[in-house]
Amino acid sequence: MEQALDDVKVLDLTHHVAGPHCTKILAQFGAEVIKVERPGTGDPTRHMGPFLNDIPHPEKSGLFFYLNSDKKGITLNLKHPTGVQLLKELVKQADVLVESFSPRVMSSLGLSYEELEAINPNLIMTSISSFGQTGPYRDYQATNMIMDAINGCLYLRGQADRAPVHVGFSIAEHFGGAAGFSATMMALYGRNRGGKGQHVDVSIMASLLNQTDNVVVGQYCQQGSIPNRSYYTARYGVFLTAKDGHILPRPGPGGWETLAAFLNLPEIEDERFATTAGRFEHAEEINELTASRTREEEKVDLFKRAQEWRLPFGYVATTEDLLKDEQYRSRGYFVTVDHPEMGKVTCPGAPFQMSETPWRTERPAPLLGEHNEEILCGRLGLSKAELTQLNQAGTI
Amino acid sequence: MPSLPLEGIRIVDLSQVWAGPLTSRMLADMGAEVINVEACQRIDFLRYFNPAENESGERPWERSNRNLLHRNKRNLTLNLNSPHGIDLIKRLVKISDVVMENFSPRVMKNFGLTYDVLKEIKPDIIMLSMSAYGQTGPYGYYSGLGTAIEAVAGTSNLAGYPDGPPREVDSYISDPGSGVYGAGALLTALYHRDKTGKGQFIDLSEAETVTTLIGGPILDYTLNGRVQSRMGNRHPWMAPHGVYRCQGNDSWVAIAVRSEAEWPIFCRVIGNPAWITDKRFADMPARWQNHDELDRYIEEWTTRLDHYQVMYLLQEDGVPAAAVLNVSEVLLDKHVRANKYFELFEQAEIGTRPCPGVSFKLSKTPGSIRKPAPTLGEDNEYVLGQLLGISQDDITRLEAEEVIGQHPIPLPKSADIVPVELLQDCKLLAGVDSDYLNQIKEYDANR
Repeated sequence: MEQALDDVKVLDLTHHVAGPHCTKILAQFGAEVIKVERPGTGDPTRHMGPFLNDIPHPEKSGLFFYLNSDKKGITLNLKHPTGVQLLKELVKQADVLVESFSPRVMSSLGLSYEELEAINPNLIMTSISSFGQTGPYRDYQATNMIMDAINGCLYLRGQADRAPVHVGFSIAEHFGGAAGFSATMMALYGRNRGGKGQHVDVSIMASLLNQTDNVVVGQYCQQGSIPNRSYYTARYGVFLTAKDGHILPRPGPGGWETLAAFLNLPEIEDERFATTAGRFEHAEEINELTASRTREEEKVDLFKRAQEWRLPFGYVATTEDLLKDEQYRSRGYFVTVDHPEMGKVTCPGAPFQMSETPWRTERPAPLLGEHNEEILCGRLGLSKAELTQLNQAGTI
Repeated sequence: MPSLPLEGIRIVDLSQVWAGPLTSRMLADMGAEVINVEACQRIDFLRYFNPAENESGERPWERSNRNLLHRNKRNLTLNLNSPHGIDLIKRLVKISDVVMENFSPRVMKNFGLTYDVLKEIKPDIIMLSMSAYGQTGPYGYYSGLGTAIEAVAGTSNLAGYPDGPPREVDSYISDPGSGVYGAGALLTALYHRDKTGKGQFIDLSEAETVTTLIGGPILDYTLNGRVQSRMGNRHPWMAPHGVYRCQGNDSWVAIAVRSEAEWPIFCRVIGNPAWITDKRFADMPARWQNHDELDRYIEEWTTRLDHYQVMYLLQEDGVPAAAVLNVSEVLLDKHVRANKYFELFEQAEIGTRPCPGVSFKLSKTPGSIRKPAPTLGEDNEYVLGQLLGISQDDITRLEAEEVIGQHPIPLPKSADIVPVELLQDCKLLAGVDSDYLNQIKEYDANR
């Protein structure tokens, strides 16, 4: 089956979440991604849960699996001159190299963009970092929560009378990965139209500003107003209780009349609630009125019935709900792949569907160094004896 | 060799609000000619939000922060409920490379503008449809915006205080996330087209883009049957990991100590207080168990300091920390300024405002902001006259028949004004900076 990026060869030096997320999408659409890991320990996410049966094991991390399926894996010690030499040989054959080290690292290894460009002028090098390759915070250390704080999102999350509260998942790293994917494709497309290789600088902070820039501009730059944590819930509502969880009711093109009719709740057609200003002012009252109806209903059922009335409700899904949800199932969004140590593993698929060149997830995440022989012997012509020597020397 | 990757690529963009326009903005910044199409009878509702200075002005539909999404683009008005409008859009598609939209899935079908139809007109056309839940399946006709989609996609259940209900994430994920993936998707299709001559249809479900963010929690369910819930500011194993009060009103700092090795460094920065030798904090698992007490001690230190100061002190020694910034602090932050994440740009109707910089930083083909967001129908003459060769007489007739135009039909009385005083009374604002226009004026000078 034809895939869009069938002819693209990616050298993947990334680790943790952001970089691997970027290269995984490339792999799902057909690119050959060779993941380069440190011998012995490998990518740190191999040591992060969730683990199969909660037993830590470097070949049984669900997180590592999700982020690295569809890739081939080799080990190279980039602190050894031979390791660097072998990498440079691979660079000659690559279209793209993606790395997510702290900004000084690649130069310190003798692998700066300038050095790699000299080896392969067509190479696209994508560097994904927390704060970008320049600027006063360039060398700052970050976790997801730290990135959430610095880009203005965390301040807006939670209740005004309590501490700001972080979301319980890694938006920052995944946004960085998504930005890395799109930026890499931009450079790749440009190169194919007669351009050359170039260096792509992806700053996770800049990509997160896509979330907050409309508030920065829309609130502060337009009116000088600085919203606090209550602003958005007042504007857009809170999740209300349903019998078996939570639901978010919403008016649609039919306006509040349709919502009132659907919920059998004429009280919310009150004049006081008719404008945005009014809805800000009376948010609590509106919520209480609406909750009096929603708490009698089951969430998925209410969601579907509302949608039939063209009311864009949403229901709060747990991870269990996601796997049961009819829509995800019908679209084949979740895939199950066999892994030599983990057995059958089910995980999410790709973020969009293409009609002629669909995405594929068929190959599990690689075992550490699984493709050393295929790549180092098969592509670079090393003999098996040389491979053994490198192993003993700690180069692979 | 084109000087920008997307020079010569023409995109017919029917999308509205946020996700679609973000995708097309990213491509416009890199040289694509994006023709944003709106009907005067049904303009983008974002045009009325957050009007500059909270005033309606001469043209209340040109004063919103929507401008930040639409720089570098062209704007054509077309009433797609009229046969003339449909005919014109088809003629435009014939000379374009991409068509994109983010309506509810029934809309393009009702217009008769599905991929099958457009492919007849231009065989290698690439079409991107972005919708809440996708074009197929039992939710194939469902609609949704932002928070509702995130709820169905599973992220909302993970957000909020551990002792509270799921919370809206308070700054959307589905729109900006879909916007970025959408750009990548179009580029992938364009890449394939240049290789093979074939176009295709891209079906992007915003819910699916959001669910891709929570692989970890999903794998915990599929591997171990565990349904993860809200952890608040805690982390599965890092301790300390939290948000701490600082000096001043509603001022906070986020701190994360990632490893055993980092803990003594953190202790040194905070002055090696006596409590660090307590058995309860001896190693990371112990600190995790006794996190409440740990937090109280740490806050004793942070409340004496400004939030930026805590960040500088810890980051200087390599410990992850960040001031929790509000929107004005983000704009004025020194890293944001130094890296030009916002640039000043002159806009129609409302003058110079900060605008987000170009999303992609490509070393040899840096994009740029070349022109401000167009006003409604600004490019009608260009598209219809120059690109489609329609006579001036015919253009005049189209205006008279309200197929095209340069203002909404019917004319609105005002923008969606929410008095700042009301927001203050409802306690929804941390503050109001009456000097904001000056801050903006001085923005470049203070880099």
